[in-house]
Amino acid sequence: MGMTIAEKILAAKGGQKTVKPGDVVTVEVDTVILFDNNFMPNNWRDIRKVRDAGRIVVVFDHRVPAPTQQAAAGQRTGREFVRRFGIKRFHDVGREQGISHQLVADYGYAVPGSVLVCSDSHTCSAGVFNCLARGVGGPDIIYAAIKGETWFRCGETVRYELTGKLPQAVTAKDAFLHIAGVHGDHATMNVEYGGPGLASLTINARKTMTTMSAELSAEFATFEADDALLEWVSARNPQPLQPVRPDADARYFAVRTIELDTLEPLVALPDSVVKNSQPVGVVAGTAIDQAYIGSCANGTLDDLELAARVVQGKRVAPGVRFIVTPASQTVYRDASRLGIVQTLLDAGAVIAPPTCGACGGGHMGVLGPEEVCITSTTRNFKGRMGDPSSKVYMGSPATVAASALAGRITDPREFLNP
Amino acid sequence: MKFTARVWKAGDNINTDLILPNKAFYLTVEEQPSYVFSANRPGWSSQVQKGDILIGGHNFGMGSSRPAARSLKNLGLSCLVAHSINGLFFRNCVNFAFPALECPGIAEAFEEGDVAEIEFEAGRVRNVTRGTELQAKPLPPKLLALVMAGGIYPLLEKEGLIAPKA
Repeated sequence: MGMTIAEKILAAKGGQKTVKPGDVVTVEVDTVILFDNNFMPNNWRDIRKVRDAGRIVVVFDHRVPAPTQQAAAGQRTGREFVRRFGIKRFHDVGREQGISHQLVADYGYAVPGSVLVCSDSHTCSAGVFNCLARGVGGPDIIYAAIKGETWFRCGETVRYELTGKLPQAVTAKDAFLHIAGVHGDHATMNVEYGGPGLASLTINARKTMTTMSAELSAEFATFEADDALLEWVSARNPQPLQPVRPDADARYFAVRTIELDTLEPLVALPDSVVKNSQPVGVVAGTAIDQAYIGSCANGTLDDLELAARVVQGKRVAPGVRFIVTPASQTVYRDASRLGIVQTLLDAGAVIAPPTCGACGGGHMGVLGPEEVCITSTTRNFKGRMGDPSSKVYMGSPATVAASALAGRITDPREFLNP
Repeated sequence: MKFTARVWKAGDNINTDLILPNKAFYLTVEEQPSYVFSANRPGWSSQVQKGDILIGGHNFGMGSSRPAARSLKNLGLSCLVAHSINGLFFRNCVNFAFPALECPGIAEAFEEGDVAEIEFEAGRVRNVTRGTELQAKPLPPKLLALVMAGGIYPLLEKEGLIAPKA
């Protein structure tokens, strides 16, 4: 019986011939990412030894620059950890900082066939690089740093076969919202993305889909490798690359085709990502207080560039706070160099430093009672971005930018179609 | 392990932010449990008695990696049984040694306030009030052993690999 991409990597890294759904496999971990929350006083347990400091990456992203004394204390503990174990890949506030999942892309930390863990749920983001990456718990991360291994439970795999090309003003976020809206959660299962439609999607676009797969409750989300992907990784990481392809007779729980040409801009209504998508027209006209672009899902250069194209030469509606958070300093610098930052600023956007920030209700745009936000971030759970009575709609960066201009939820095609 | 207690019911797609809201982020481990479900069921956390059992629906614990399972345990709940459990949340249950089982059909088999009897290792779930029985998916031996050992931290402490709890 053939294996899916996830099953093949689990088998290879677990030293087994085959792996099938239901198996629990202990695997070698190639990359362990720790971030500021791990070092918070109410989470951290002091580590006395690590297996291999070269496999560890430390990132400050959730609460930077530190908004509270507790966050500052946690980051101090993190810096001490980095010093004590001589961790080289350390992304402190400064030139190389960013959201961990963006840094994985910026610095080529994930290579095909590898295993990467981090205790942030959106770590499945790195699955775009044809590897096994997933969010684990804080204790798992400490265990993996110390022992160099972790356990995974293998689930069934759902394969999404992408065909065609997205229409103008429709993005990978909309493709994801289509999947989440129609098929709902994929709890205990893996998702695998492939098919001829890949060719039309940038790595950043694909990364939106793997990142958002956390919202499907997917165990692992992986993309097939193609030349574009291998070029991206090899430009950033000198390691020899070995793409992992599913076996021709791999067994899937389901294979579903997504015709990208047929998709339209979608919005997830407040309080849930799954089974909650509607065409933007259904909620168009809903007044907003805040429009937010950012996070590990949609804070890439592509996303900022798309937002800039929407707002070019226009002004954000009075009374609307338009907050744009580049996902990393690299993205921020590139956007600045290309004039994207200037365009956004001219339109009235506030550019926040790279951080998870308000996506998790941390800081830099937290919502007050009854406020309404449209966001391109990862989650819209009740109270996720602030007060439990606030309402968070989720759409693509184009939809968010168009809504910021209009002051109400708006179809981006009004601004982007020729 | 065998748990016999009254059950509370949570619905489908219960997310981690409802269990451990951002508001409680900076609080101590001991303070966090009182915020469980404060947004969707205010006042509930103070009604939970030690040993009570939580019954969940589909996709319980979707969302973040935050130690939400730790809050359920520290709230005094003895066990979670849900139709399906988000993989990351399930890991945290194992990590923090909070007994959790997946049991298809569980949500329909219980009304809130019914008494459940759960044999954790075997995965046997009985509704004592109604006299019905269901079979949950028992934990794989490796994960069961981790739960029985008290989770990851006690294991690493015993080996001297992490500092003892302050």
